Amino acid sequence: MSFKIVHTICPYCGTGCGINLVVKDDKVVGTYPLKRHPINEGKVCIKGNYCYEFIHREDRLKKPLIKKNGQFVETTWDKALSLIAEKLKEHNPEEIGFFSSARCTNEDNYILQKFARVILKTNNIDHCARL
Amino acid sequence: MTNSIEDIEDADCILIIGSNTFEQHPLIARRVVKAKDKGAKIIVIDPRKTMTAKQADLYLQIVPGTNVALINAMMHVIIKEGLIDEEFIKNRTKGFEELKKVVEKYTPEYASKICKVDKDLIVEAARVYGSAKRASILYCMGVTQFTHGVDNVKSCCNLALITGNIGKRGTGVNPLRGQNNVQGACDMGALPDVFPGYQKVNVAYEKFEEIWGVELNHEMGLTIPEMIKKAGKEIKFLYIMGENPMVSDPDIKHVEKALKSLDFLVVQDIFLTETAELADIVLPAACWAEKEGTFTNTERRVQLIRKAVNPPGEALEDWVIIKKLAEKLDYGDKFNYKSPKDIFEEIRKVTPQYAGITYERLGVDGIHWPCPNETHPGTPILHVEKFLTQDDLGRIFPIEYKNPAELPDDEYPFILTTGRIIFHYHTGTMTRRSKHMINEINDGFVEINPKDAKKLGIKNNDLVKVSSRRGGVAVKAKITENIKEGVVFMPFHFAETAANLLTNPAIDPYCKIPEFKVCAVKIEKL
Repeated sequence: MSFKIVHTICPYCGTGCGINLVVKDDKVVGTYPLKRHPINEGKVCIKGNYCYEFIHREDRLKKPLIKKNGQFVETTWDKALSLIAEKLKEHNPEEIGFFSSARCTNEDNYILQKFARVILKTNNIDHCARL
Repeated sequence: MTNSIEDIEDADCILIIGSNTFEQHPLIARRVVKAKDKGAKIIVIDPRKTMTAKQADLYLQIVPGTNVALINAMMHVIIKEGLIDEEFIKNRTKGFEELKKVVEKYTPEYASKICKVDKDLIVEAARVYGSAKRASILYCMGVTQFTHGVDNVKSCCNLALITGNIGKRGTGVNPLRGQNNVQGACDMGALPDVFPGYQKVNVAYEKFEEIWGVELNHEMGLTIPEMIKKAGKEIKFLYIMGENPMVSDPDIKHVEKALKSLDFLVVQDIFLTETAELADIVLPAACWAEKEGTFTNTERRVQLIRKAVNPPGEALEDWVIIKKLAEKLDYGDKFNYKSPKDIFEEIRKVTPQYAGITYERLGVDGIHWPCPNETHPGTPILHVEKFLTQDDLGRIFPIEYKNPAELPDDEYPFILTTGRIIFHYHTGTMTRRSKHMINEINDGFVEINPKDAKKLGIKNNDLVKVSSRRGGVAVKAKITENIKEGVVFMPFHFAETAANLLTNPAIDPYCKIPEFKVCAVKIEKL
């Protein structure tokens, strides 16, 4: 059996509470607030308290999916990315848009806006700050 | 936020407007409670008597969409009664005289007719805020999600500026961000008009052309509401990473039509969301517990997240997917990152506010930006000595009250306002897969005032149809005194009873935010 505690930040609202994830055999089995975190000082709200519950759900996406005749079928990363690349090349910069995510990291957001601007030459990138 | 979460505790007065802090940001509400314990007065302005409003010393139950009239009236009283900070206005601001002229007509009596708040309460709120030594404003989407959202924010700023409540502990104008990394996504330039660090695309393009080594488009891009509007016409390809517009955006029927009319739709997410269902290709992403990186919270604190477990199946971190796609398009050399830390090192180089932040420095406490160099401690409080304008002065803007885009009429006599509840998060993709959360509540509802319910012959838990010009939803009625007469409230988390089938996609002309908080609806018993 392996067991570890991993310090991270709650995935929900913008407060940014410090939490610890309890990991047993590569599964997150619990969470508790970090006592010495400067924001939440060892407290956490109800959503944060159960924030690990969706991680290992059976219905997590596990493989790239492609729609054929209205149905999703599993495909490989290579096929999925090649098709996206091909379709991107078929369109002009002003015809393409990107929705980035307020639930992704700074690094994820940085790389997506750079991808849109550097490769596709478009500034059509936004996220749900307004929503 | 101009200030830190922690320094809210030092306020003598906390004005909470358009934010249900106690349900949506409980660990910020904890600081409000601590301030109250030390004697601070709490003012809450909201059309719903929320859990937050119930903690208030003064509660102003406003008609949705009338914030500007109310704040102008508060400033009218503050000016008339000499509660302004003359020295601060003189030394630190510009535009006070123009504001004074505009708020002249916003007497408490005049505003009271627009906001349907007792005039004496307006006077009292103005006195409490105006005479506090340190007053803090907390606000959220109940200020911003209007066709005059920018006006609302400017009004909050005006109030803080004329009373000198900015640049010191326990003060400030503090928007509470609803998602863990909205602040960071904005900082990183996931916006159509700016590169990372709020550097305008039509101004700073040469700098970024040099850094990235390619020619760039100098023209401002489109916002999400604009891309949805143009989908199937000018916009033909959408790539959606971790967003669910089929639940979160206004007028969902239109969103669905728009997404279906695209040539190609890619959705990258952790679950098969309502939006992913419409995609041509769905890419499986790692969730937050399965990756490293940084989030920037509502008080501009950059914090590290750490990987706890591996992603399921073949799911990959978002940044890895984008890097691989860049390689497919022969741009591998420009996306040559081996880890999130490599990306962060580039972020530091191009984003002045992040220049002094390193993964090593972040530790557990994180660092507030702006942090210009590696010995700088970070900046928990903004505008301490000067504002970020060319002449260092804070701008006061005279603002006139404007009506929301859609008002109730004979056919649609109620105002619908939307929001969240404590047990769920945004479109429910995560919380509706969390057993403790769905055990609490897993269905939508519409809050109706008992007087309105009586007129309509509706009892608690009756099934009713709520309709707007854009669609209809069958949903359970929740009869409660907590909602103002003439106003109804629906949470937007629940796709089966989607509040956003009803909402109005009219947007603020400046920041393009949709008017989620006001649309006209009718209610029928089913």
